[in-house]
Amino acid sequence: MQLWLIPIFPLAGFVINGLFGRRFSKALINTVAIASVILSFAWALKAILTADLSAVHSEHYFTWIQSGAFRVDCDFALDRLTAVMLLVVTGIGSLIHIYSIGYMAHEGGYYRFFAYLNLFMFFMLTLVLAANYLVLFVGWEGVGLCSYLLIGFYFDKQFATNAGNKAFIVNRIGDFGFSLAVFYIVKHFGSLDFGTVFRQAPGASEAVLTTIGLLLMVGACGKSAQIPLYVWLPDAMAGPTPVSALIHAATMVTAGVYMTARSWPIYIHAPGALEVIAIIGIATAFFAATIGLAQNDIKKVFAYSTVSQLGYMFVGVGCGAFSAGIYHLMTHAFFKALLFLGAGSVIHAMAGEQDMRRMGGLRKKIPWTHWTMLCASLAIAGVPLTSGFFSKDAILLGAAHLHMWIYWVGVFTAGMTAFYVFRAFFLTFYGPYRGDAHPHESPPVMTIPLAILAVLSLGGGFIDIPKFFLPYFYGGNPPEVPENMGLMLFASSAGILGIFLAWLMYVYRPKLADSFAGGVKGLYTLVYNKYFVDEIYDATIVKPVVGGSRVVLWKGADAGLIDGIVNGIGTAARTVGAGLRQMQSGNIRSYATWVLAGGVAVIVALGVLLGTAGGVR
Amino acid sequence: MSEVPVSWFLTLSAVLFALGVAGFLFRRNIITVFMSIELMLNAVNLTFVTFSYQLKQVSGHLFTFFVMVVAAAEAAVGLAIILTVFKNRATLNIDEMNSMKD
Repeated sequence: MQLWLIPIFPLAGFVINGLFGRRFSKALINTVAIASVILSFAWALKAILTADLSAVHSEHYFTWIQSGAFRVDCDFALDRLTAVMLLVVTGIGSLIHIYSIGYMAHEGGYYRFFAYLNLFMFFMLTLVLAANYLVLFVGWEGVGLCSYLLIGFYFDKQFATNAGNKAFIVNRIGDFGFSLAVFYIVKHFGSLDFGTVFRQAPGASEAVLTTIGLLLMVGACGKSAQIPLYVWLPDAMAGPTPVSALIHAATMVTAGVYMTARSWPIYIHAPGALEVIAIIGIATAFFAATIGLAQNDIKKVFAYSTVSQLGYMFVGVGCGAFSAGIYHLMTHAFFKALLFLGAGSVIHAMAGEQDMRRMGGLRKKIPWTHWTMLCASLAIAGVPLTSGFFSKDAILLGAAHLHMWIYWVGVFTAGMTAFYVFRAFFLTFYGPYRGDAHPHESPPVMTIPLAILAVLSLGGGFIDIPKFFLPYFYGGNPPEVPENMGLMLFASSAGILGIFLAWLMYVYRPKLADSFAGGVKGLYTLVYNKYFVDEIYDATIVKPVVGGSRVVLWKGADAGLIDGIVNGIGTAARTVGAGLRQMQSGNIRSYATWVLAGGVAVIVALGVLLGTAGGVR
Repeated sequence: MSEVPVSWFLTLSAVLFALGVAGFLFRRNIITVFMSIELMLNAVNLTFVTFSYQLKQVSGHLFTFFVMVVAAAEAAVGLAIILTVFKNRATLNIDEMNSMKD
């Protein structure tokens, strides 16, 4: 089946564009980049359609590590979960690549952008196709690297490079947890291969599995921006908008959810870990939604929305509804990518303006963007029959089945989600025009992907993912989650209420929003400043670490101790030499004195020696 | 005739040696320093001969010959060096020959 071709096409695109792109024309760069991703998509489609997905199809390429009894192979595997992820990654990736042709047309570093984007596709596909934890980790780290490169794409802007650093460093903290999990898996199961580990998982003790599950979750928190490691994602909006759409909405941040779903044989025997995951998920979903309510930068609203929706996915996974979590992953990829690309279209039309307070009334000026973003907003709000409705309800039903309180918080968050998304929508497209630029519709190369994603956002729910995963998770016997029409309708009504409130406060009576914010000034300030989490982290973690590093380790240990020892040896040698130099005064009489003194010393020594040895014969 | 006690010879030899050392360390003129060196060598010769007489062995005498040969060769070479140094520096003051310092 040659699964290796799927990631190799984008890698080839990266190599060609990276090495030679500087001399290529824009058309050639486009061709190489787009062709590589579309070929990857086509090959993935072919592989999935021709494969028998009732079993895992794996391919072995070479033995990477062989150390005694421990062995790690470079293997790719295709099963149902991989199939869904492959199609999402390559499909949405292709659409975003096409969109970027239009968006990045006037930007510098054109070939570099597409090279990095292709490299990201390579690593993400490696992550998804991996058949063991170590190859997955290679992809995991690689996408982190590409995220860093792409967030800091405008490397002459300080805030962009800072954001790139922040993303990578916070990710690394999560990776530490992931590495510990990998070590523990090796210690307990002797292998990292998915098949081997998952076969042995039922036999291991719950404590072991819970530890592994929690450590894997630390990694997922870093990569998928959950509490407490979510702080990098809003700052990652410093990168170009297609990057935000691809990496920080549709694919990279979902790697944590994918990895958790992939490890389901470990998690179903560690209910404690699952509960922690669900709690972190719902807390993050709620927390991020509250922050999204007050943001004025359109990309920041969607960034917090991503954090919140990822929380939903973890709620799904944490309540044992793995297929619901992946279902939401897929639909979220559709509507969130569309939201970001639409925002990019708006920003492109407004010549770089991102503050919604300076937008408004764009409905007539950029109609395609308006209608497609409406589709995405309806989907994320969970309006009945959209894709978001089906997936969100699957998650909430799974939650209600296990922990009812999570359902209630989830419904409230869904209401908030609808509210802030439509707040953004109304502020941007309705009301009087408050800006200075001359908005114009985006070129077709940008609007056609928007249209395709709009169709997917509305109709994607009819791709019956739960049924597709029925024989996969739990080995074919998932726990029965009764369909409760009442709960489902209640959840959607929360969404519709949110839309209505947003319409009320931003279209019907625009002054209402400001007066409300004025009424709850303290709370508003808290939420607008993201609960000062970044400032708290800075004061409690960043400054002590940097300060300690500078004072103790750099000045104290490195410059003081180590340099001191090395320099000290040199100084000591010089001092001794200066002392011994006195003997070479060139004064012959002092030489003679030394000869005499030496001679006397030898005679005395001989005398003592012979004296103790029994005297002269 | 009454014997001269051996200890007197040895004392004389020691005194001569001490005088030689003193001259070697404290005199300024190079030739005087050389004369002191010769004095030290001859003092040692006296010691050798004394013991040879006392122990009735001939090896002491033989060693004295060696010492005298060495003293002669050394005097020849040393005086040649002094002549060269004097030609270059026009002084026989040992304190002024200190160009070997760093």
